[in-house]
Amino acid sequence: MFGHLPLWPENASTTAGNVDALYIFLVLVSGIMTVLIFTVLMVFAVRFRKRRGRPAEQIEGSTELELTWSIIPFCVMLAFFVWGAVIYFQERTPPQDAAEVYTVAKQWMWKFEHMGGQREINELHVPIGRDVKMIMTSQDVIHSFYVPAFRIKQDVIPGRYTTLWFRATKAGTYHLFCSQYCGTQHSGMIGWVVVMEPRDYEAWMSGGGNQPLAVTGQKLFSELGCVTCHRSDTQGRGPNLVGVFGKPVLLEDGRTVTADENYIRESILEPAAKIVKGFKPVMPTFQGQVSDEQLNALVAYVKALAGPQSGRPADGMAVATPEP
Amino acid sequence: MATAVVSDSGERENYLNVGHGLKSWLLTVDHKRIALLYLMSITFFFFIGGFFALLIRLELLTPAGDLVQSDTYNKLFTMHGQVMVFFFLIPAVPAVLGNFLIPIMIGAKDLAFPRVNLLSWYLFIIGGILMIYTILNGGVDTGWTFYTPLSSEWSKTNVIPAIVGIFFAGFSSILTGLNFIVTIHRMRAPGMTWNRLPLFVWAHYATSIIQVLGTPVVAITLTLVALERLFHLGVFNPSLGGDPLLFQHLFWFYSHPAVYIMILPGMGIVSEIVCCFSRKRIFGYKAMALAVIGIAVIGFLVWAHHMFVAGISVYAALIFSLLSYFVAVPSAIKVFNWTATMYKGSITYQTPMLYAFGFVGLFTIGGLTGLFLACLGMDVHVHDTYFVIAHFHYIMVGGMVMAYLGGMHFWWPKISGRMYPEGWGKLAALIVFIGFNLTFFPQFILGYMGMPRRYHAYPAEFQILNVLSTAGASILAVGYLLPMVYFLWSMRYGRPAPANPWNAAGLEWQTHSPPPTFNFDEQPVVTWEAYDYDKLGEIPEREEIPVAR
Repeated sequence: MFGHLPLWPENASTTAGNVDALYIFLVLVSGIMTVLIFTVLMVFAVRFRKRRGRPAEQIEGSTELELTWSIIPFCVMLAFFVWGAVIYFQERTPPQDAAEVYTVAKQWMWKFEHMGGQREINELHVPIGRDVKMIMTSQDVIHSFYVPAFRIKQDVIPGRYTTLWFRATKAGTYHLFCSQYCGTQHSGMIGWVVVMEPRDYEAWMSGGGNQPLAVTGQKLFSELGCVTCHRSDTQGRGPNLVGVFGKPVLLEDGRTVTADENYIRESILEPAAKIVKGFKPVMPTFQGQVSDEQLNALVAYVKALAGPQSGRPADGMAVATPEP
Repeated sequence: MATAVVSDSGERENYLNVGHGLKSWLLTVDHKRIALLYLMSITFFFFIGGFFALLIRLELLTPAGDLVQSDTYNKLFTMHGQVMVFFFLIPAVPAVLGNFLIPIMIGAKDLAFPRVNLLSWYLFIIGGILMIYTILNGGVDTGWTFYTPLSSEWSKTNVIPAIVGIFFAGFSSILTGLNFIVTIHRMRAPGMTWNRLPLFVWAHYATSIIQVLGTPVVAITLTLVALERLFHLGVFNPSLGGDPLLFQHLFWFYSHPAVYIMILPGMGIVSEIVCCFSRKRIFGYKAMALAVIGIAVIGFLVWAHHMFVAGISVYAALIFSLLSYFVAVPSAIKVFNWTATMYKGSITYQTPMLYAFGFVGLFTIGGLTGLFLACLGMDVHVHDTYFVIAHFHYIMVGGMVMAYLGGMHFWWPKISGRMYPEGWGKLAALIVFIGFNLTFFPQFILGYMGMPRRYHAYPAEFQILNVLSTAGASILAVGYLLPMVYFLWSMRYGRPAPANPWNAAGLEWQTHSPPPTFNFDEQPVVTWEAYDYDKLGEIPEREEIPVAR
């Protein structure tokens, strides 16, 4: 409708339409309120302008009126709140079988790695009609992943993962902005999200002959010696990691945590922070020894060990049996 | 009033002519003189901050970053924010108009602690000198929000001097708030009950509570940033074991209520002006007084609405979204009650009233767009875009600066003893209103289109709206320079003002213009309710305003 006026960003995700509908509702309601208040102000200003022989009539106030213009707007605002909350819940709940893209932000670029091992900088290729979950961390300061055409945004924070998901609906090339101020080249930390038809996307993915991310993780798992303790039987000094991801884990101190991306990450970098019940804090820290990219690969591998519903192991990967 | 003391020169003795020379100003403990010291200081900082804003708008005239370098641009918006927030907006109304008027409005000789009042100005000046040092020494580029770990580790600019400067300005603000609270509790004239206080005083009471309770938190937080930067104390930096979101929680715990430090005194001003120029009692005095207190209290419980995309839990976000809607209710009451106050009034359109109209209109738009940002699903898209920039400028510039200018015009006869030129006043108010809307309305659209804030260069499709915005900013600059010029002019050439040129209610209009050092010739005793305009009759026409002897 507003295609020729610069009023509207492109609508290219399943979320965008919902946010636009909410926006139109908010604009309409607050537009009506604004017009109402302005009209009343204008009418009063003209109608009750000073005239000789007509002094002001004093009015103390009216509790009934005050309650009316508190309660009615508040009810309208509750509608804003509920509608906004529903969309937010959808935005913050990634679907189970989403394709995952590991993202490392740094001053001033975006680095992406697909599950198939394809790496990209400042450009992200995604297919139409497929849920995509971004698993993001930063190497330095806080950044923010923002695609206006998808109406989604999430800060990317050093020292932890944050996630975001979307499903693209329209082929095209859309702005990717860093929206959290991050230093000198903040406005240069931009890129493109390229949304492709599924067939084009498959062709793009199959080019290059990359090693899947989980396979990279599997190799690291051996090279770093993880495999010697985290064995796939019950004999290891560390917990068996097969099937752990996404499940609750009982800790030595009695708490239970869910084994999500942040938990795996923390367990590699700060092994003593959360000790699994029945194990001893004997694992050395890998802080400073693995890069963010390597961490992503390890997380992808541990995820793949939990089976196809959580991660998406590439074809032909030996899932549950790490080689000794 | 009763017979006034007459000075040697034959003029009635007042706070301005009672002493001459620099020393009589720098060592004064008179709240009115300290208010003028603040007025000069904040005006200076307003024009510095405004100059930065003008450079920002000029840079954004074209998509390419071609006027200044990226680092320079980043410093410009950082220092624009820091100077405007900490050295203009927060002190503007309380430290100038509040300082001048609160003791007079409650019938007191001075604030409860006159020396502490002077100390607060000196602390402000120390902070201001550090800020100027920061600017001259190459500036600071963290954004006014000092987000960690950018500020505590990665920025290579003058973070420490800026933090120390803001720390001092913060203490000045705490002392002002403390002084107001004690003064309002202890120094009211006989008969000046809480229910008879002008709403201007109520608004400052609410503001003072925030200043005293909130400012220490930001002082501690910025100190921790400085300690982390200097000694690698791991509080906020994850590579030192800290949590960057902790900084945001602590920072906004102060900085969201700080928005109310900026806007509540403005609401107080508008209540005075709307009553006077409608010749009406305020509609719903109690609701209006309760509303400012309500805003101050609930305002402390909404800080995390700045963090909906920062990675807080979904449930925390829900609570903070809901509480943000709660704070909108008292704000709505204020707007509706001002409007209702005009009903069956006898309205005239002098400059202060034009600013009050501007305030109500722009605050309404600023408030309603705040509802967009409190709405979770909406905020995810427009957070950190120009939508946010437009929203808070509607509140702070469209609301607060409008109210400040309205108040300056309203009380200028009292402060200076001279009338400002009415025609120029109306013209400036109109220019400010047009310039403001042209500057900031396009930014709402820019924000929804997705233009992020703090961008030195931007994609070409955003240019048209940015050109409009820059054009508006240059009009706005004219609107701000005009009052500066004619206020200065009127100090010498303006018509001498009578004690009560607006025939307004309130104790400040019952003493001389300008008032004597101890404000009243005799201790006033209050036997009437606030805004008793039924007893005062009409506002005088311009030619009817009696010229003071």
